[in-house]
Amino acid sequence: MIGFTHYLILSTILFGIGMYGVISKRNAVAVLMSVEIMLNAVNINFIAISKFIRSETAIGQLFAIFVIVVAAAEVAVGLALIIAIYRQKKSVNLNDFNLLKW
Amino acid sequence: MQNILASSWVIPFLPFLAFALIGLFIHRWPKMSAAVSILAISTALVYSVLVAMAVFSKGAGVFEIAARWLNMPGLQVDMGLLIDPLTAVMLLVVTIVALLVQIYSIGYMHDDPGFASYFAYQSIFAGSMLGLVVSNNFGQIFVFWELVGLSSYLLIGFWFGRHSAREAAKKAFITNRIGDFGFLLGILFLQIIFGTLNFNDLSGAVASYSNTAVLITVSLLLLLGPVGKSAQFPLHVWLPDAMEGPTPVSALIHAATMVAAGVYLIARAFFIFNTSPETMMVIAVLGGFTALFAASIALVQNDIKRILAYSTLSQLGYMVMAMGVGAMTAGMFHLMTHAFFKSLLFLGAGSVIHALANEQDIWKMGGLHKKMPVTTWTFIIGALALSGIPPLSGFWSKDEILLGTFASGHIGLYILGSLVAFMTAFYMFRLIFVAFFGENQAGEHAHESPAVMTVPLIILAVLAVFAGFVGSPLMNYAFAHYITYPGAVHHTPSITIMLISSLLAISGIFLAWAVYQKKWLDYEKLKIKMGGLYLLLYNKYYIDEFYAWLIKHFIDGTARLMEWFDLKVVNGAVNGLAWLTGYLGLNLRYTEDGQVQTYAIYIYAGMVVLIISALCAVFTAIA
Repeated sequence: MIGFTHYLILSTILFGIGMYGVISKRNAVAVLMSVEIMLNAVNINFIAISKFIRSETAIGQLFAIFVIVVAAAEVAVGLALIIAIYRQKKSVNLNDFNLLKW
Repeated sequence: MQNILASSWVIPFLPFLAFALIGLFIHRWPKMSAAVSILAISTALVYSVLVAMAVFSKGAGVFEIAARWLNMPGLQVDMGLLIDPLTAVMLLVVTIVALLVQIYSIGYMHDDPGFASYFAYQSIFAGSMLGLVVSNNFGQIFVFWELVGLSSYLLIGFWFGRHSAREAAKKAFITNRIGDFGFLLGILFLQIIFGTLNFNDLSGAVASYSNTAVLITVSLLLLLGPVGKSAQFPLHVWLPDAMEGPTPVSALIHAATMVAAGVYLIARAFFIFNTSPETMMVIAVLGGFTALFAASIALVQNDIKRILAYSTLSQLGYMVMAMGVGAMTAGMFHLMTHAFFKSLLFLGAGSVIHALANEQDIWKMGGLHKKMPVTTWTFIIGALALSGIPPLSGFWSKDEILLGTFASGHIGLYILGSLVAFMTAFYMFRLIFVAFFGENQAGEHAHESPAVMTVPLIILAVLAVFAGFVGSPLMNYAFAHYITYPGAVHHTPSITIMLISSLLAISGIFLAWAVYQKKWLDYEKLKIKMGGLYLLLYNKYYIDEFYAWLIKHFIDGTARLMEWFDLKVVNGAVNGLAWLTGYLGLNLRYTEDGQVQTYAIYIYAGMVVLIISALCAVFTAIA
């Protein structure tokens, strides 16, 4: 039987994977994808808690939908930025983007 | 009559209004400025006469109204009017002298570029002085006290193009600051101890503190105010230098009225000083010492205004001494007569200086009596009054003081006072014989001053002759009848004292005549024979030099210490902080490498720290 704990473990693992991707990937698109993974880890948490702890209301599930919507918008903006910067630098490697330093 | 008293606030208000009008609107039209100023002060004079009539017709009545000006927990200060005979006399003296001086100034200042602002300053002075006189509490008196100090500063430094005038103005202001600091402390003590600054309330309250250490301290602190303003030793140094101002200013402010404010304050707060014999002794000795000290300096000075300035110091010392021996009435009487004849002398000196194109050295004058008869004769009347020749005004008032000193048992001070009377007659007639009758005919080009200057001289001469009668036995001591305090004793006049003081004055005049007119004694040889003493007196006992030395070594030393502290410690702390910030910024900036993933790591690290600390807080709360 799959219980509340399993959901939490799954979301933690997903969050960790996303975190690792954000820090270690050099490809800007991959970093964006990792961010999405982290957001989805949060979504799982929301829904699990909504189901197992506050089952009388659907606020958590509603919130997950909000997050999906915001994530979609964020991806649109993020990809647009990546395209814009790619046109400048002919690269999507984050190591090349260090203009804002000392 | 009550209406007049209730509306007497216009007396100080009018000159202030004139000041504002001149300063704001009409300073471009000098003649109109003078007209406005004189109109204001003459209206104030008319009002003062009405007030005086109201006060004296009611007998020694006291009229008081007040409005709350400052209201704080533990401190209430009123702005009010206290009209009693003392106030009425001061109002009359101030308005009369101020009016005459302002009229005289039209002639004296006629070609001065600052004509309009001169009259504006004269007006603010008159307003402040009148406001001081009508004050009903210490808070208000302090406000006006400072205002007269300010106007004195403005008028001493009126010719601010001259270095010496600027320095003199600063010196006067700073020296007065020292006295006023003590005065303010005294006022604050009064407020703390009694909870009120009102004169009438205080006079009832001080009795229970009579002769306690705290009240003696307070009265000595209060005394510092008059010591500064009335230029008593050791704060006298500013008054001779204040002669840098225009001569009518010296006549009004530094002879007749402002410097008398200190004496007036002692009279007004007499109920405080009178409670402790120690304070009274201090006042008497201080006044007596100043009288002798200044008179001895006046003996050898050569500048006509400086002689008069030291004479003023000496006479102020006389008044203060009178206060100290309990002869408050005599002191105020002398204040009044002195205001008339000393302003007469100063205006006369101004007339001479004006005629001789700013020559002030008496040895470069001489022979003026032919050219300037009105000035000469009025000046002689003033000098006779100052010397105390009967029946001129100075005789009656000086005699009252000597009588009061003698009758209260201060024999030493009495002898000192008589000696000063002798010296006064001598130095005044030394001045007259040298400047007006001397052989030196430097005054050939001199001409008598215009009527606008001589008429005030004549009026003041009349006052100098007759003002004394109000306090003389001939008018049954009318003055003493009104200006008095509870428990005052009026001593029966002694013919012996009158005779002695008159003889001393006459012999002083005779000696001056013998030395400087007949030259029976060669004063140049005398000068050499008395070398050391002469130099000591001529250099004013080196008090100024002593103060300069004191300032150079102690004040400047302290200043250097403060400068070091400021540069090294205060600036060091501020600059050190700036350096630390800069240093940290310089090194910490390498954490900003522009890599977005580095920033992400910082965010995670921050989150981890937050979570750990939250957990720690939870666990400690459980444990």
